[in-house]
Amino acid sequence: MKPLEFSAPTTLNAAIKLYSANGGGAGLMAGGTDLLVQMRSGRAEIGHVIDLKRIPELNVLSYDKKRGLRLGAAVACDVLGAFKPAKAAYAALIEGAELIGSTQIQSRASVGGNVCNGSPAADTICSLIVLGAQCVVKGPQGKREIPARDFMVGPGKTALRKGELLVEFRIPPPPAHSASGYLRFIPRNEMDIAVVSAAANITLSANGKTCTAASVAIGAVAPTPLLVEAAGKALVGSTLDEAALEAAAAASRKAARPISDMRGTKEYRTHMAGVLTKRAIAMALQRARGA
Amino acid sequence: MSTKTVVTAVINGNETTMACDNRMSLLDALREVAGLTGAKEGCLSGDCGACSVILNGKLVDSCLVLAAEVDGATIETVEGLAQGPTLHPLQKAFLQDAALQCGICTPGFLVAAKALLDRNPNPSDHEIRYWLAGNLCRCTGYDKILHAVKNAAAELRASTK
Ligand SMILES: Cc1cc2nc3c(=O)[nH]c(=O)nc-3n(C[C@H](O)[C@H](O)[C@H](O)COP(=O)(O)OP(=O)(O)OC[C@H]3O[C@@H](n4cnc5c(N)ncnc54)[C@H](O)[C@@H]3O)c2cc1C
Ligand code: FES
Ligand code: FES
Repeated sequence: MKPLEFSAPTTLNAAIKLYSANGGGAGLMAGGTDLLVQMRSGRAEIGHVIDLKRIPELNVLSYDKKRGLRLGAAVACDVLGAFKPAKAAYAALIEGAELIGSTQIQSRASVGGNVCNGSPAADTICSLIVLGAQCVVKGPQGKREIPARDFMVGPGKTALRKGELLVEFRIPPPPAHSASGYLRFIPRNEMDIAVVSAAANITLSANGKTCTAASVAIGAVAPTPLLVEAAGKALVGSTLDEAALEAAAAASRKAARPISDMRGTKEYRTHMAGVLTKRAIAMALQRARGA
Repeated sequence: MSTKTVVTAVINGNETTMACDNRMSLLDALREVAGLTGAKEGCLSGDCGACSVILNGKLVDSCLVLAAEVDGATIETVEGLAQGPTLHPLQKAFLQDAALQCGICTPGFLVAAKALLDRNPNPSDHEIRYWLAGNLCRCTGYDKILHAVKNAAAELRASTK
C-alpha cells in the first residue's frame, strides 16, 4: 500500500493552503465514516489525509433568533442532536442527522461530511434544502455561499471548486407558525441507506388554517436530491387538506427519476416518493399546529 | 514527508506513546502497538461494533478512527473495565446472564454498555436496544445481553447509593 501523509491543521487558512498544495491527492476528513471506508475499499485513492476536526471555524454551533443557526461543517451528529435550541426550530435537520448510523457513528459523522460525500440518499441534504440552508465554502479564491439546493451536482459530486472546502451551514431562523419534518423509507428499522426520503417545511397563517409558504425535497430518487417546487406551490394557499397533499405527492412522483436496484424498483420508488411527501408534510403540519 | 505519526494518549489511565503508520487505524494501534487485544476486528466498516472504544468520553468504532488522530486523547478500552481481579458489574452480569457464546462481540458490547451507563444509569429496554444497535452479535439473539445490561445497571445504582 502507498504511504499516507497525515495533517491536522488548527486554522482554516492552513487547511486551505495544505489542501491546495496537494493538488487532487488529498482527502479532507471530518468524522471519516465515509472517507475511511472508501479508502479501505480502494474506492478513494488518497495520499494525504487532512483532519478538519481541529479547526475552530468548522466546529461552530450557535443559534440566534435573528440570524438563525450556524453549524460548522465538522460538528458531529451527536453534538448537533444535543443542541437544544435547534431541536424544534430545525426539526427536519435534527431528524435526518440522528438517523445516520449507530451510536458509534453518531459520535463521529458530521452533516458537512454527509453532504460533501455527495450521495443523493444522504440523510441531511433534503432537510437542509427545505430549511433554506446556505453552505459557506472557502478556498484559495476566497469565501462564497452555495444554496444547499445547488450543493450536490451528481452522485459523489458537489459544487465545490478545486481547493474549496465547506466551512459551515447558515440556516435562517424559522418564520412564526412554521415547522419541518424529515423521514426516509428503509426496509429495516434502522442502520440502512434510504430507499426514498422526503423533507417538508411549511408555514401557516397566524390562525393556523392556511399554508402561506411550503417547500418539499425528495432524496434517493435521482442523481441528486430534488427540490420539488411544484409540490410547494400545490400547498401554498391551501388548508393542507387531502386534495392539496395529493397534489404535492403527484408533483413529487412526477419529479422523481429513480433507478431500479436491489433496494427498490423505479416504480416502487416513484410511488414511495409520493407517500413520503404526504407524510413529511403531515409531520410538519402537526408540529406547526402544536407550536 | 512523514508517513508515521507519534501520538501520546492516555489509555485506561496510562499515558502511552505510540509511533503509528499513518494508515493505521486506532484499532490496529491498540492491538498491535499497545498490545491491547480486547477490541476486536469484525467488519472494518463501522457496521459491527466489535472494535468499540470510548474516545474522549464518546463511544466510537476504533476501526473508523486513524491512530494519527488521537494525539492528546483519552481512551478507554475493555481492558480498563476490571479493577485488578475484580470484574466490572457489566462483566459479572454478562457471565451470570450467559450474555455471550463465542465472545467475539463481547468486548464491544461491554464498552458500548459502559458508555451508556456512564450517561444514563437507568436506561429503559428501548434505550438499551437503541444505544446498542451498532453492536452485532451472531450468537445470543440479544435478549440475554439486554438482561445483563439491565442487571448491571441495577447493581451499579445500588452500589452508588
Ligand atoms: C455504519 C455506517 C452507517 C451509516 N449510516 C448512514 C445513514 O443512515 N445515513 C446517511 O446519510 N449516511 C450514513 N452513513 C454514511 C456516513 O456516516 C455519513 O455520510 C456521514 O455524515 C459522513 O460524515 P463524516 O464526517 O464521517 O464524513 P467524512 O468521511 O469525514 O467525509 C465524507 C466526504 O466528504 C468530504 N469532506 C468532509 N468534510 C468536508 C469539508 N468540510 N469540506 C469539503 N469536503 C469535506 C471528505 O473528503 C469525504 O469525501 C453511514 C456510514 C457508516 C459507516
Ligand atoms: S470492526 Fe469496527 S465496526 Fe466492525
Ligand atoms: S457471542 Fe458470538 S457474536 Fe456475540
